Amino acid sequence: KAVQLKGELAAYQGVWVFIEQREGIVAPVSLELLGAGRQLADKLGVELCGVLLGDQVSGLVNMLYEYGADKVYLAEHPLLHFYRTETYMKIFVELVQQYKPEIILMGATTTGRDLAGAVATDLATGLTADCTGLDIDLEQRLLLATRPAFGGNIMATILCKKHRPQMATVRPKVMKMAAPVPGRRGELIISEVNLQEEKLLTKVLEIVKEQGEQVNLQEAEIIVAGGRGLGDRENFRKLCFGLAEAIGGKVGASRAAVEAGWIEQKYQVGQTGVTVAPKIYFALGISGAIQHLVGIRGSDIIIAINSDPEAPIFKECTYGIVGDVFTIVPLLIEQLKEKGGILCA
Amino acid sequence: MHIIVCVKQVPDTTEVKIDPVTNTLDRSSAPAIINPYDSHAVEEAVRIKEEHGGKVTVISMGPPNAVDVIKRCITLGADDGYLLSDRAFAGSDTLATSYILSQGIAYISRQEPVDLIICGKQAIDGDTAQVGPGIARRLGIPQLTYVNHIAGLDLANKEIKVHRKLDEAYEVVVAKLPCLLTVEKEINELRYSTLPNMLRAVRYQPKVLTAADLQADISMMGLKGSPTSVSKIFAPSQRSGGEILKGQDQQLVSQLVEKLVQCI
Ligand SMILES: Cc1cc2nc3c(=O)[nH]c(=O)nc-3n(C[C@H](O)[C@H](O)[C@H](O)COP(=O)(O)OP(=O)(O)OC[C@H]3O[C@@H](n4cnc5c(N)ncnc54)[C@H](O)[C@@H]3O)c2cc1C
Ligand SMILES: Cc1cc2nc3c(=O)[nH]c(=O)nc-3n(C[C@H](O)[C@H](O)[C@H](O)COP(=O)(O)OP(=O)(O)OC[C@H]3O[C@@H](n4cnc5c(N)ncnc54)[C@H](O)[C@@H]3O)c2cc1C
Repeated sequence: KAVQLKGELAAYQGVWVFIEQREGIVAPVSLELLGAGRQLADKLGVELCGVLLGDQVSGLVNMLYEYGADKVYLAEHPLLHFYRTETYMKIFVELVQQYKPEIILMGATTTGRDLAGAVATDLATGLTADCTGLDIDLEQRLLLATRPAFGGNIMATILCKKHRPQMATVRPKVMKMAAPVPGRRGELIISEVNLQEEKLLTKVLEIVKEQGEQVNLQEAEIIVAGGRGLGDRENFRKLCFGLAEAIGGKVGASRAAVEAGWIEQKYQVGQTGVTVAPKIYFALGISGAIQHLVGIRGSDIIIAINSDPEAPIFKECTYGIVGDVFTIVPLLIEQLKEKGGILCA
Repeated sequence: MHIIVCVKQVPDTTEVKIDPVTNTLDRSSAPAIINPYDSHAVEEAVRIKEEHGGKVTVISMGPPNAVDVIKRCITLGADDGYLLSDRAFAGSDTLATSYILSQGIAYISRQEPVDLIICGKQAIDGDTAQVGPGIARRLGIPQLTYVNHIAGLDLANKEIKVHRKLDEAYEVVVAKLPCLLTVEKEINELRYSTLPNMLRAVRYQPKVLTAADLQADISMMGLKGSPTSVSKIFAPSQRSGGEILKGQDQQLVSQLVEKLVQCI
């Protein structure tokens, strides 16, 4: 059981998760954090709370209980329709000052990182960025926040010993969502919101959806990624899209393939692209540079096909084939098509 | 229009290794470079200056040899540079770093008021993306993070309009000046340095400010001013090494398909 702290820090209790939503849709990472937060709260023997801000979002509250929250702090106002640092930050900081949580988790999304950085500064407390591991040191009653840095070359465990709350942003797709418990309920705390548009310094005019095909690699179950080894644009498209189609997956790419102009940047996997966590990740003609590997480590199974037996990707893969993509991949497509029925089941 | 750009000297992270025995960071082999996002921040500031007139000042906190990144910014078209350098700054986390930088910015703006501050989206070593928001809060100005396009600058009304990158979308937002932006690389293409700028950079000596010059609260800097501490550094866990399938091409593929069928 966790020790009780003395002095000022003892006043801070409980684990909070910022529930990120856009247009009434909750970001998956927030539910993942309820799963991770539940475990931290149980270890500490404290409550897990969700903090939900927005315009007409009270319909989401029951879902948060079902995913593990004991309590939900809700702030609703028309001016909270779009996320704005200044409004969200003000309300969040006031809630923290009033209710004093010991741990605050937010998704390491553009919104979560923006809000967390502002809130931590106002509270003058520590914030660990982009974590991939969370645990509790029961003897010191501390959050152990582990994160990659230096482009994924190192991992570091960061502590915030003398300040509360302890804050962390957490990378999407790393923590596991808990299975929802239908009908589970908790306590709702509604907070008053006073905001006036005239006093605000920023205004969101609109949100514009990107044109063209939606690529959501973060959610994909199977990804077929291609690299420089595919030689040219035509082969890249033939082999990657061909295999993806045969196995029911999405296409991804290394930076070398993106820079060669074979595919758009939004398909890039890795440090400066997206981080993915599919069931199966194919790396076709990808060497396995560290900046690529940091983006794929969450995959359950990594399959590497590369002609160079020394390629670093073979150290990271689950199954490797040393061979030429131009012969292996067409054979694979062919065999998969024969087995098609089984695989898609 | 006076623009301040925050630039950080970083090790080229592709060259950073971890010593497997001592589990410490070996930066010795890594050359120091300007944080790649920050070159785009400088480029954007210079473009704004070219269109609207004004001045671009860069500021960096770092060891004495970080003058090199400031000189580099002069070649990119910056007018002036300040290096904040003092032993008291060492070991700063993002809270302390943003405090020190905001004090430096306050110092500069006492001489010449600042309209816009631009940071990179994140630094490639610390990778936190927290220093920009930290500076904005300390100065009490709006922050617009992940900006990938400046859609308009209205100097008469002191307003800026930008696109902020979101997942699969972007947001069009306006803010009152002064404000702080953090920028994505796709905001612009870097240009080649001009010869006059390169010559100027050779002779240029940035102004160096110490903790005493800033007349700021020393307990908010360095290790003392940092709520976070790194307790452990280790190499990322590697998979145990893959199972390399053996055989002729046809057999290889059949084995793989078997494995796939099992795991789906
Ligand atoms: C700051 C920074 C950020 C970066 N971010 C990213 C990132 O987000 N994502 C990313 O991917 N990279 C990133 N990189 C680039 C990274 O370092 C590598 O350069 C890149 O991943 C290499 O791509 P690749 O594996 O496709 O190409 P290469 O490294 O050139 O590898 C090609 C591979 O194909 C194999 N091959 C060749 N022909 C065949 C054939 N006929 N059959 C089978 N195999 C064949 C070769 O053996 C080789 O292993 C970043 C770099 C830096 C410095
Ligand atoms: C392994 C490791 C992990 C760390 N993890 C954390 C952590 O989780 N939380 C934490 O608070 N600190 C952490 N730190 C400390 C942090 O890296 C330093 O405070 C660092 O100086 C600033 O953070 P950053 O590199 O992440 O910058 P970012 O916030 O990513 O930088 C964003 C932008 O801010 C500007 N900027 C940043 N630093 C400077 C500078 N020195 N001079 C001028 N402009 C600058 C640049 O425009 C830059 O593009 C960590 C340090 C290490 C070694």
